[in-house]
Amino acid sequence: MMTCKEMVELVTLYLEGALPPEDRARFELHMGLCHGCAAYIEQMRQTIYLAGRINAESIPDHVEIDLLNAFREWKSQR
Amino acid sequence: MENEQDRPQTDLALVEAIKSGDESAFQKLVERYYNSMIRIAALYVRDSAVAEDVTQETWIAVLKGLDKFEGRSSFKTWLFTILTNRAKTRAGREDRYVPLGPGWETEDATGEFDAVSAERFVTDGDWNSAFMPRKWEEFPEDYTASRELRTVIEGALATLPASQAEVIRLRDIQGWPSDEVCNVLAISETNQRVLLHRARSKVRAALERYFAGEQVDRS
Repeated sequence: MMTCKEMVELVTLYLEGALPPEDRARFELHMGLCHGCAAYIEQMRQTIYLAGRINAESIPDHVEIDLLNAFREWKSQR
Repeated sequence: MENEQDRPQTDLALVEAIKSGDESAFQKLVERYYNSMIRIAALYVRDSAVAEDVTQETWIAVLKGLDKFEGRSSFKTWLFTILTNRAKTRAGREDRYVPLGPGWETEDATGEFDAVSAERFVTDGDWNSAFMPRKWEEFPEDYTASRELRTVIEGALATLPASQAEVIRLRDIQGWPSDEVCNVLAISETNQRVLLHRARSKVRAALERYFAGEQVDRS
């Protein structure tokens, strides 16, 4: 049986699908039996989810103007 | 019903639209990558004004080379190859330190690391029941992170070594697949996983502290 301390170090390999099948089975067995580890792994999933929600795609105005000018010039020369 | 309009266009669809002169497609593509380009250029040139220059030059080079881009590699890989080549040249010319030599990330992927403080476990390695992780709230599918939550995550990223921060930004914040992250950062799959693990573990810990604090505040 893996310990909880080992589980928290293997969670990324697990979520990446990079655990060998045997370890994966042991990991999932432990997760099914241990509330603390089940909560931890769920927190890691939520961490990934929340990180994906903070992406701000914005560019400074002066850059946008410069690049649009470059685009128009490029387009006019085609 | 899923709305066709809500789904972001692929890079290749945008590239095709740009080739036919669509300005808004160009804007979208620039927005998609601009911030990542600035950060990655800055890993080489160590100066934000120079990183901005290199990024602008890259977009101009992209426009000029667009007709030659045949989609054999992904657009992303092509874009970042142009960017990093320019950044390297520029860093060399200005005699600045270039950190992205082979193995630049190794130091941040080796050495002692505990995803969770050892104090939270009893000696045989199981959770100490007093410090066991608790369930967080559930987040809806269309959840938008609050400004406070952004601050917590950004605050945690600011404490990470550059390579760990960049890996988690590209993988989890930008949602890139691992092979493209390895390509752009010139790191191995193995090191990428280690860096990602360390970064995610620290961001999780910061969120855990934040959510625990919130619960105390509410009561």
